[in-house]
Amino acid sequence: MFRFRLDGSSGVPPYLQLVHQVRQSLLLGYLREGDRLPTVKDVAADLVINPNTVVKAYRQLEHERLAGGRPGQGTFITATATPVAPEAQQDLRASLEAWLRAADEAGLDDEAVTALIAVARQDLKKERVP
Amino acid sequence: MTQHDADGSVPALRTDRLGRRYGKVWGLRDCTLEVPAGAVAALVGPNAAGKTTLLEMIIGLLEPTEGQVSVFGQTSRADTAETLARVGYVAQDHPLYRDFTVADMFHLGRAMNPSWDQELAAARVDALGIPLQRKVRRLSGGQRAQVSLAMALAKRAPLLVLDEPVSSLDPVARLEFMRDVMASAADAALTFLISSHVVSELERFCDWLIVLSHGHVQLAGPADDLLAAHRLLTVPRATPDAELPGTAIHRTDSDRHSTVLVRAGADQLAAQGRPGWQADPVSFEQLVMAYLQRPTTVTTHDDPAPAAERPGPNTKAVPR
Repeated sequence: MFRFRLDGSSGVPPYLQLVHQVRQSLLLGYLREGDRLPTVKDVAADLVINPNTVVKAYRQLEHERLAGGRPGQGTFITATATPVAPEAQQDLRASLEAWLRAADEAGLDDEAVTALIAVARQDLKKERVP
Repeated sequence: MTQHDADGSVPALRTDRLGRRYGKVWGLRDCTLEVPAGAVAALVGPNAAGKTTLLEMIIGLLEPTEGQVSVFGQTSRADTAETLARVGYVAQDHPLYRDFTVADMFHLGRAMNPSWDQELAAARVDALGIPLQRKVRRLSGGQRAQVSLAMALAKRAPLLVLDEPVSSLDPVARLEFMRDVMASAADAALTFLISSHVVSELERFCDWLIVLSHGHVQLAGPADDLLAAHRLLTVPRATPDAELPGTAIHRTDSDRHSTVLVRAGADQLAAQGRPGWQADPVSFEQLVMAYLQRPTTVTTHDDPAPAAERPGPNTKAVPR
C-alpha cells in the first residue's frame, strides 16, 4: 500500500504535499493505474493529520483525474502516466550530477543553481511556442 | 428551536454574543462564533484569554452571564442532562479516580451516561494495549489521556471538547494521543473543539481556527481561507499602515524596511501594491502569533463603548 509522508518545514500546505506525492509517484512509476490509495482514516492516523486534509487532497486528485473514488471500496489511481524509463532516468541523473559538480566548481551556490535552471527552463518554453 | 446556517446545515456549535462576568471583570465578552459539523477546530489563546471560560459554557458547566450557546441547533442550558449528554469533554488534567481500575472508570461512565457505548470504550483501550484491570494510578500520563478520550468518545456525543489535552504529555505521548483523535475524527463525522497554547503543531490537526485573547475573539474561520486572506508584506520603513493594502495586523520595523502582516485579498494587493514591495504567503504560526500580539482595542470593564464607536482595528498602531 502506498504511504504518504509529510514535511513539516517545507511551508507547502499539507494537502498539496499529498497531491504532489501522488503526481510524482505516478511519474516515477511507484503508483500505477488501478492502485488503491490508503483510506482517509489510515492516512490521518499514519501521518497524524486532520482527516479533512486528506479528503481535500483526494478531491483535488479526482479533480485532476488522477484518482477516482469507488463507492464502498476506496480511492483508486485512474491515470496512466507514462513513467520515465529507468534507463533514461539513470542517464539523465548522471548528466545532471556532472553538471551540478561543474556548477559547484565554478562557484555557484544552491540559489544560483536554482535561478539558472529556472531561467533556462523559461527560455526553452519560449522556444517551443511557435 | 433549531437554527440553520445560510446553506441549510446546522452548525455543530454556535455561540451568540456569549459573555461571562466574574464580579466586575468579564472573563469573556461578545463571543459570537460558529464551528461547522465535522470540523476539527483549534481554540488558541494565551493563558487567561478566556478559553476555559468559553469551554465551560459550551459543555454546560458554567452559566453564561449573557448570550447563548447552541450545540447542533439546540440551545444549551447549564447543568441539564440534555446539554451534558450532547458534548463529550476531556479536561486538561484528565481527572480519573486514582484507585479505580480502567474497568471501574468505564462502569462509572456507563452509570452516568444513558448513551454509553461500552464496546467502543473497551475496544479502544484494548487497541492501545491498556489492560482493563489496571489501576488509574499505574497508568502513564499518556495512557490516562487516552482513557479520558475513550470515555469521552464512548458517550457517543457528536461534539467533543478537549481542553489543552496534550499540554502535560511528552512528545511521543502527545503524538499518540493526537493520532487517536485524528483517527476518531475520520471515523464518525465527529466535531472537535481543541484548546491549545501550543501553536506550532496545530496546522496539521485543525481545519478551523479560533484565536481568543483578552476575552474576545480576534480571528475565526476556516484555516485555509484565513491563510489565503493574509500576506506578509515587506515595504520601505517609512510606509504608514494607511498606505498598505487591507488591514495591518502586526508590524516589525527594521532600519530600512518593515515587515507587516496584513489582512488583504489578492485583488487589494494588486490594486494597492507598489513595485519593489514583496508579498509572501503567511504560515499558520505567523498568522496566529500576529493576532495574539495585536494590541487590544477592546475594553474589559463593565461598560464598553457601543460597537460602532469602538476604535477600528487600524487605528491603534504598534509602537515603533
